[in-house]
Amino acid sequence: MKSEDIPSIRKIIRRNKRLELFFAVAGFLALLVGVLTFVALFAQMAWSGWERITPDFFTNFPSRRAGQAGILSAWVGSLLVMLVTALSAVPLGVAAGIYLEEYAPKNLFTDIIEINVTNLAGVPSIVYGLLALGVFVYTFGFGQSILSAGLTLGLLILPVVIVATREAIRSIPLHIREAAYGLGATRWQVTRDHIVPYSLPGILTGVIIGMSRAIGETAPIITIGALTFIAFLPESPIGPEFPWVNFEWLKSGFTVMPIQMFNWTSRPEEAFQQNAAAAGFILVLMTLAMNAVSIWIRYHVRKDIKW
Amino acid sequence: MRETNSGAAALMSQPPLTVSDRLARKALRNFKERVIELLLLGAASVSVLTTVGIIWVLVSESFNFFSNVSIWSFLTDTMWTPLFAEPRYGILPLLAGTLTTSMVALVVAIPLGTTIAIYLSEFARPAVREVVKPFLELLGGIPTIVYGYFALMVVIPLLQLLIPDLSGFNMLGAGIVMGIAIIPYVSSLAEDAMRAVPMSMREGSYAMGATKLQTAFRVIFPAALSGILSAYILGISRAVGETMIVAVAAGMQPNFTVNPLEPAQTISAYIVQVALGDLPHGSIGYQSIFAAGLSLMLMTLALNLVGHVVRRRFREAY
Amino acid sequence: MVSSVTMRMSNQGAAEAASQGGSAADQGVGDAFSGVRPDKGVAVKASVENFSFYYGDFKALKSISMPVHEKRVTALIGPSGCGKSTLLRTFNRMHDLYPGNRYEGTIRLHPDNTNLLDPAVDPIEVRMRIGMVFQKPNPFPKSIYENVAYGLRIRGERNRSVIDDRVKEALRGAALWSEVEHRLHDPATALSGGQQQRLCIARCLATEPEVLLFDEPTSALDPIATASIEELVHELRDKVTILIVTHNMQQAARVSDYTAYMYLGELMEFGETNQIFVNPKRKETEDYITGRFG
Repeated sequence: MKSEDIPSIRKIIRRNKRLELFFAVAGFLALLVGVLTFVALFAQMAWSGWERITPDFFTNFPSRRAGQAGILSAWVGSLLVMLVTALSAVPLGVAAGIYLEEYAPKNLFTDIIEINVTNLAGVPSIVYGLLALGVFVYTFGFGQSILSAGLTLGLLILPVVIVATREAIRSIPLHIREAAYGLGATRWQVTRDHIVPYSLPGILTGVIIGMSRAIGETAPIITIGALTFIAFLPESPIGPEFPWVNFEWLKSGFTVMPIQMFNWTSRPEEAFQQNAAAAGFILVLMTLAMNAVSIWIRYHVRKDIKW
Repeated sequence: MRETNSGAAALMSQPPLTVSDRLARKALRNFKERVIELLLLGAASVSVLTTVGIIWVLVSESFNFFSNVSIWSFLTDTMWTPLFAEPRYGILPLLAGTLTTSMVALVVAIPLGTTIAIYLSEFARPAVREVVKPFLELLGGIPTIVYGYFALMVVIPLLQLLIPDLSGFNMLGAGIVMGIAIIPYVSSLAEDAMRAVPMSMREGSYAMGATKLQTAFRVIFPAALSGILSAYILGISRAVGETMIVAVAAGMQPNFTVNPLEPAQTISAYIVQVALGDLPHGSIGYQSIFAAGLSLMLMTLALNLVGHVVRRRFREAY
Repeated sequence: MVSSVTMRMSNQGAAEAASQGGSAADQGVGDAFSGVRPDKGVAVKASVENFSFYYGDFKALKSISMPVHEKRVTALIGPSGCGKSTLLRTFNRMHDLYPGNRYEGTIRLHPDNTNLLDPAVDPIEVRMRIGMVFQKPNPFPKSIYENVAYGLRIRGERNRSVIDDRVKEALRGAALWSEVEHRLHDPATALSGGQQQRLCIARCLATEPEVLLFDEPTSALDPIATASIEELVHELRDKVTILIVTHNMQQAARVSDYTAYMYLGELMEFGETNQIFVNPKRKETEDYITGRFG
């Protein structure tokens, strides 16, 4: 270094490092905003909803009197809607993912499907609500039912499931497929015996993430016209006699956890806000638990897999 | 062969398949394979049907709406009063609400999300990253209704301490919380883009005596620009379509203003408001939410297109 | 002038050596070297003393000691995995970027006797004094001009005309100026592989480093681009101390004044290139040089 002596280099470095430290602090603070929001949000709901979280809260229907209101119809509704969502989105999404990765020829239609899946992931959830209102509720005549809501959320999380399936399949090395084809397996046999089993953890992660998103979705369910005050339960899916299943519940009116919370949030009385906090606390716990499971699966499996 | 390999001998001793048997098996197998392929194709087509369904529903109901309300007044009228005796349907107030809340959200989400992404990708030790990334995912997984509650019960009261005559519902509080809700989307995609920049770029920069900060801003950020811009665009389309936070915390009356301190209604919040009420199927009010939805859809579609162009324009070959 | 003549001679010699093949190679190289015999008594720019390096628990380099002569080209040769790149990367503390690496011993940079490996010495200071050119050309996704100006910018240089001059000078030094002078603001990635590598050299030259490290700079290039880089290395020898890792023995013979032969993390032999190639002291060196193993 002819033009700069070592002291001047050191001066430059000191200045550069000061800036670097400044940024490192900024980065840390930015992370802190996220952490603090999370802590504040959780703590506030826990604090103000704590005394409402009793066994009665889970077994009571909503009520005009805040102190007696509960989330029975909401959590049962959420559970049943999630059931329909899972039963519709998982088979469709996994099958679509398999098709796109293992079967699809490189043609215009495949391109259209691919672009379409990407774009659908960016469509606001409320638009799915409008789709469901026009198609499921009125055109198909499913009404404002658990079936309509479940299918709506199923379509909503379909891109999540498809993308997760594709990524999981793509991470399987080519030589695994070649080994199976080399033994004379057909495409479906390779898919059924190798591709699906090996990509299962990845698919499962995606499904859980999708479901945790669906369980918190409010806007599309409101749009199809879910009721906010439900003081009855749908008929049980398990019937008393053969074939022991009953599909009447699909047509039932319903409410779900986030709508119950929204309803209480929009009331002016303090007591209902407490209910909203309690419902929000439980809802966040549910989504956190689902996310935690998926994160656990991912880290656990990633560590174990060695091709 | 037969002497040396008893397994092969056992196989050979079974009655051989006739040619027609084999052909029949092959035909059956091919048929089965074909059916399965068609079923899978059908599943893949559902996503296309969804898009077709969305467009069909939005366009057909909007068509009915626009046969009652002229497109010109829809686009230029500054009043949105669907419940008045003489209803007026000008999208501008809702659009202003949507854009203002989105703007506030982006002012929060883009700097914070980018900073977090750079910090995680270039500064944080792997152990820190392993803890923080799942945490951000959790933050992104919180239902928006909960964020809405948080905006109404915590953030707006805090803002009222700073700005004494702030209304109990306002776009500022809703926008800030919306921004925080969007941070994980922006940071995670932007970080992925920066981590995809090959290590040789970093080595080249460090070998010149650059600090981490200089490497991050002068080399990694420009190299990852296309991915980072995609992250921003996703963030914008999330903000534009976000519903529950604004429905809960921004107020429910249409207000033609871009002042974030005021309450206002967004396009999505209007749809929720109508759906909560009991408008009869086929009425203009009912049709109006589809026209609103179509506007929203066109905005996100435009953003998607911008995203495609940006990805193409700024794609770097390292 | 002289260097380009000897260059041609050495190229010719190497070509002969290659065409004659295995057993006659040493003779061909010997012929080539009659013109490039290094002069005696040159100053030492850096000295490696008892240097060992660990990747975690694995001892990758074992107690290496050798000098690096000022304004001369020193080549590090040896079979893959012998630690030659590891040693080279130590000179600008590249290993500090990754966790689990450990240094032992010293590398002193003269005349100020700074121990490059001293934890108290900032790796950034080391890297500002010592430039490095990598195996694969790694121009930044910026314009040609900005690539060369990068080192000046991170040193806080803002004077436009100073930067202009230094960029021009560096590109001239890297024999790239005539090819890019009319498209300085085109993206660097549009250049050919050989041009990109010369750009990376110009990027280093712009900040006038005391030592320039080359990590197999031609392994990703075609023969013509390789020849131009070799010629450049040879010319730069008058301006800067050069340390070059190469897996190509002919290249070491063509461009270097001194050669260090490494094997399994140990320095087997160090000496003037001429001596190493014509008259190696150790049997192992001779076996490697003559292609009996490696």
